[in-house]
Amino acid sequence: MSASSLAGEAKPTFAAAPWRERAEEALIPPLVALLVALICGDLLILSYGQSPAAVYRMLLEGTWGNAYGFGQVLYKATTLAFTGLAVSFGLRAGLFNIGGESQLAAGGFAAALMGLVLPVGTPLVLALLICMVAAGAAGGVVGAVPAYLKTRFGAHEVIVTIMLNFIVLALLNWFIAGHLHVPETLHTPEIHAGVLPRLADIDSRFHGSAANLALIVAVLVATAVWFYLFRTRGGYDLRAVGLQPQAAEYGGISVNRVWMRALTFSGAIAGMGGINYVLGYKHYYEDGFASGAGFLGIAVALVGRNHPFGVIIAAFFFATLSQGGLAIHAFVPKQMMDVLQGVVIIAVATAVPEVRRILRSARRRSDA
Amino acid sequence: MSETPAIRMEGIEKSFGAVRANRGASLEVMPGEIHALVGENGAGKSTLMRMLGGLMKPDAGRVEVFGRDVTGWSTGEAISAGIGIVHQHFMLVPTLSVAENLVLGCEPKTRGVVLDYKRASDDVRKLSTETGLVIAPERLISDLSVGEAQRVEILKVLFRGARILVLDEPTAVLSPPEVRELWAVLRRLRDKGDTIVLITHRLDEVVEISSAITVMRAGQTVARVKTSETTPAEIARLMVGREVSLSAGKRVQPSGRTGSQPNQGLEVRNLSVMGSRGIRVIDDVSFSVKPGEILGIAGVEGNGQTELIEALAGLRSTSAGEILIDGNDITRRSVAKRHDAGLSHIPEDRLRRALILEYTVANNLILGVQKYFSRNGVMDRDRVKENAARAITSFDIRPPNALLAARALSGGNQQKVVVAREMGRGFSVLLASQPTRGVDVGAIEFIHQQLLNARAQGKAILLVSAELNEVLALSDRIAVMYRGKFATVLPSAEASEDVLGEYMIGTKKGSAA
Amino acid sequence: MNPISFLTQMIRIAIPYLFAASGGVVAERAGIVSLTLEGFMLTGAFAAVLGTNYTGSPWVGVLCGVLGGLIFSMIHAVATIRYRADQVVVGVAINLLAIGVTRFFLKLFFASSSNSPRVTGFGGNINAAGFDNPLLWLGLLVAPVMAFVIYKTPFGLRVRAVGEHPDAAESVGVSVKRVRYAAVALSGMLAALGGVYLALDQHQFTDQMTAGRGFIAISAVIFGRWDPLRAAAACLLFAAAETLQIQLQGSHAIPSQFIEMIPYALTIIALAGVVGRAVPPAALGKAED
Repeated sequence: MSASSLAGEAKPTFAAAPWRERAEEALIPPLVALLVALICGDLLILSYGQSPAAVYRMLLEGTWGNAYGFGQVLYKATTLAFTGLAVSFGLRAGLFNIGGESQLAAGGFAAALMGLVLPVGTPLVLALLICMVAAGAAGGVVGAVPAYLKTRFGAHEVIVTIMLNFIVLALLNWFIAGHLHVPETLHTPEIHAGVLPRLADIDSRFHGSAANLALIVAVLVATAVWFYLFRTRGGYDLRAVGLQPQAAEYGGISVNRVWMRALTFSGAIAGMGGINYVLGYKHYYEDGFASGAGFLGIAVALVGRNHPFGVIIAAFFFATLSQGGLAIHAFVPKQMMDVLQGVVIIAVATAVPEVRRILRSARRRSDA
Repeated sequence: MSETPAIRMEGIEKSFGAVRANRGASLEVMPGEIHALVGENGAGKSTLMRMLGGLMKPDAGRVEVFGRDVTGWSTGEAISAGIGIVHQHFMLVPTLSVAENLVLGCEPKTRGVVLDYKRASDDVRKLSTETGLVIAPERLISDLSVGEAQRVEILKVLFRGARILVLDEPTAVLSPPEVRELWAVLRRLRDKGDTIVLITHRLDEVVEISSAITVMRAGQTVARVKTSETTPAEIARLMVGREVSLSAGKRVQPSGRTGSQPNQGLEVRNLSVMGSRGIRVIDDVSFSVKPGEILGIAGVEGNGQTELIEALAGLRSTSAGEILIDGNDITRRSVAKRHDAGLSHIPEDRLRRALILEYTVANNLILGVQKYFSRNGVMDRDRVKENAARAITSFDIRPPNALLAARALSGGNQQKVVVAREMGRGFSVLLASQPTRGVDVGAIEFIHQQLLNARAQGKAILLVSAELNEVLALSDRIAVMYRGKFATVLPSAEASEDVLGEYMIGTKKGSAA
Repeated sequence: MNPISFLTQMIRIAIPYLFAASGGVVAERAGIVSLTLEGFMLTGAFAAVLGTNYTGSPWVGVLCGVLGGLIFSMIHAVATIRYRADQVVVGVAINLLAIGVTRFFLKLFFASSSNSPRVTGFGGNINAAGFDNPLLWLGLLVAPVMAFVIYKTPFGLRVRAVGEHPDAAESVGVSVKRVRYAAVALSGMLAALGGVYLALDQHQFTDQMTAGRGFIAISAVIFGRWDPLRAAAACLLFAAAETLQIQLQGSHAIPSQFIEMIPYALTIIALAGVVGRAVPPAALGKAED
C-alpha cells in the first residue's frame, strides 16, 4: 500500500477518549440515582418525623461503620454481584435476562446436591470446584432454554425468562417439598463437602455476619467477565452483536451463536451465585433463598452501567441500602429501602436515555 | 403569469447538522398540472416536499399555496388545506383493513362512541368509484399487492380532501402494468382539477405523464422546463452532471494484465433475488469480473444494485443462480467463509453495516478479521495497535488517534477506516459500493488511487456508484442496472454520460453483454 | 366434586386475572410492555384496603384502589413515553416499587409488616357463593367491554394502529403519545381493580398478596394473542387449572407445583409457535421515535 502525498501528516496516537467524556456518560446516571435516592429518602424519613441527617448517620454506622454490619454488606453484595454480572453480560450482547431468580436458585440447588453427594473427606478446593461447576451448569441450563427459543423461534427472551422463573422455582419447590427436605423445614440437609469458610473464621471481628469466601469467587468471576468481554475475541464478537448487530453480521460474526453463548453463560454466572448462601452461609439449600436477588440484579447491572467493576460497586450500593434498612429499623421501617430501590431504578432508567440525548446534542452543537 | 401557482416555494434552505439538504431551492407548480420533480438521491426533493407537507419547517425561504403564505405550517394545517403526501414507504397499518386505515384519525361515529364501520365502508366505496381507484374496503392491507396498497395510500389523501397531491417515487415498487394503471388514475385526477407533483428519477416515465419538470441537484433547483420543450437526454445530463468534475474526463488506460493470473476473479451466473411481495429485485443476472479489472455498475439507485452487492456479500439470500470466487462456489457460504475465500466488501451503509460506531478506530479496523488478531482466543493488543498505526499513517486518518470511538470521526475519515480495513487484507475480489459517498474531495482522490492500485495488483473489483463520473473514470467495463437487470455492458471506451444516461433512465434497452 | 362449586370457585379465582389481562391487552396493543400488571394490582389492593378501612365503605375503597393504580400507571407512562426509558426495566422497577410502597405504608398506617386489619368487603352471603359481589359481575363484563372498545370504537382503532405502525398513525394526525398514555392509564386502573377485588374478597391486605397473579395475567394476554376475549378464555383456563388443584388437594394425583406451572408453560409454547405463533403488536416495546 503506497502512501499518497496526503500521508505522513498523521502520526498515530493512542490517547483514549478524554476521560471527561466517557465519565460523563458513564457516571451521570448513577449519580442522578444517588441524588434521587437521597431526596426520596429524605421525604420518607421526614414522614416518620425523624431527622434525615441522623438517620443517614445511623445507616452508615450500621453498615460500613462496624465489622458485623460491613460483613453483612459484603455478604449481600456478593449475591448481587453474581446476579448483576449475569444480567450485564446478557445486556452486553443486547439480551435481557430476567431469569436471575430461577438461575440463582437452580445453581444453589445443584451446589447443595453436590455438597450432599460428595464424600465427607473431600478436599475443600476440589469440592468447591465441583460444586461451582454444578451450580454454573444448572444456571446455564436454565439460561440455555430462552437462548434456544430465541435463536430458533425468535421468542423474546424477556417473557420466556420471566415465565421460566416461575416454572423452575415451582419445580425446585416440588423437589424440596416432596423429597429432599428436612422435616419441619423447607431446606435440604446440611452439606458435608464444599463448606466455605466464613470471614468470621479468618477475622473474628466479623463474628456473626454471613460474609464468606464466596466473595472472593465473585471478584474472580467479575475479573473473568471483564477479561472475556474486553480482552478476548469472543468478547469482541459479543459486544459487537450487542452494539450493532448488522455490522457484526457484516463482519462475519454469527449473531445466533453469540446469543446462544451469551444467555447460557449469563445463566451460569447467576447460578454460581448460589454458592454464597449454600456453601458459605447456611450450608443447605432453602426454598426461597434467592428471593429478589434476581430482579435486583437488573438494578445492579443498570446502575453499574453493565461494566463488571461498575457492577461490583453497584452491588455494594444496593447491599448497603438493604443492610442499612435493618440498621435504621428502630427509627424508620426498613421497608423504606424497598421504596428507595424502586425509585432508584426508575430514576436511573429514565436518566440514561435522557442524559445521552442531552450530551449528544450538546456535543453536536459544539462540533458544528 | 395570469394564474396563481398552486405551489410556490422560493429560496428554501434546510440543513440537518452539517448537511445542507436544500440550498435556496425553488419550485413553482401551476394548478391542474402534473409536475415532475426529478433529481438523484440526495438532491433534496423529498426534503423540499416534506416542508410543503408540514413535516418539517424550512430554515429560510417562503412557501406559498394558492397565493397564501404557509411557511412553517404543521401537518394538520397542511392536510386541512388540501395537501396530500403519498409516501414512498407506505404509511399503512398492515393488520388493519383498507377502510380502517382510511378513516384513522377522522373516524365516523354513531352515538358518539361507536365506530360506524358501515359508513366508513360506504364512504370508501363511494370515493373509490368516483376516482376509479377500485379497492374493496374490507380487505386487509397485508393481503394487498403493492399496486393496490399504493391505491389505498392515494385514496387516503383524497379522503381527507387533498387537491394537491405529492407522490414520492410512486413507481419504485410497481410493475409496468401497475405503472400504467397509476398514470390512468393521475390523469383522471388532473382532469378533475387536482394538482399533482411527482417526485421521481425514472425519466422514461416522466416524459410519458408530466407536463412540466423541475430538476434538482445537490440541494438546488437547476432547471424548470416544459416537458414538451426538452429531451430525456437533456434532463439526464442536468440530473447527473457535476459542478466539480472529479477526474475531468481523464480516462485510465486498461492495465492489460487480465487473464494471466492464477486467480479467476468473480463470476456470477443467472443470479436472482426475490424482494418483498414476490417481485424479483435481481432478475437472472450473469456477469464476470476478471482479475485486474474494474467493472463499474452505473444506474440510478433503486434498480437492484444494493441487493446485488448484499447477495454477493452473503447478507441476502438468493433464489437462483451461482456465485463463484476464483472458481469456488460460495453461493451458500456464510459471510465469514466468503471472507476466507477472498472477498472484501466496502458497504454502502457506512453507519449501520461497515462500522460499529461505539468501537474504537483500532477495533473497527479489525472487524471481519478479528480472528487473525487473536491467539488462543485472546486478543493480541499489540498487533491490533500496530495494524491501526499502519492504517492511520497510510490512509491519513484524522484525528490520528486509534482509540477514538468511530462515531467521533467525520464521514470521510470513517470511510477511510473502512477502506483501510477492506483493502488492507488479502483479497481477490472487492465489492465497493458507493465508496466515496460523503467523503471530501482530497480523500476521494486517495480512495480512487487505492482502487487503481488494487487493480494493478491483479484484484477483481466490482464498483457500484451513483456518481457517473466516478464510474466512468475508474472502470474498464461499465454495466448499467435497470430494474434488476443489466441493461447493457460496455467497454469504457464506448461509454459516455450521454450513452449511459439513456440506459439509466430506461429509454434505451439493450441486451446485457 | 360438585360441578357448580367448581364453576363458582373458578370464576372467583379468575376475576383478578380478567381485570388485569383486559388492562394488559389494551396497553400492549398500544405498544407498551405491561410487565407492570403485578405492581398495579398490588397497589390497587392496598389502596382499596386503606380507603375502606378509614371510611368503612368498600365503594370508597374501590375508588381509592383505582386511583392508586392510575397514579402508578402514570409513573410508568411518563418514564417510558416521555423519557423513553427502557420499558422492561421500568416495568420491573414498578413492581419492586409497588412492593416497597405498599410495605412502607402498611407499616406507616397499620403498624404491621405483614397485614392490615380486617375491612368490610362486598356481599358476604354464604349462599350467594360470591355472586353478590358487584365487583365479580364487573370482572365478568370487563373482557367483552374491552373487546368492544378495541374493535368497535375510534379509540380502539387508534390503539391498534399505534401499536402496529406508529408512524402511519402520526402521519394522519393521531397523537401516538396521547393514545399510549390513555392505554397505560386504563391498564393501571383495570389491573388495580383486580387487586381491589382480591383484597376486599379476603377482607384484608397482606404483604405481596398478589403473589404473581399479574404475571399470570400477562401470560393470558400472550396466550390469548392480545385479543381481549381470547385472553379472557385463557384466564378462565388458568383459573380452572388452579381450582382443580385446590379441589384435588390431598389426592396427590398431580403435584400442585405442576398445576402452578401450566400458565407459564403454555405461554412459552405460544411464543415458540409450537401451536401457532403468537405474534405481538409490531411496535411493542419500541417507544423510540
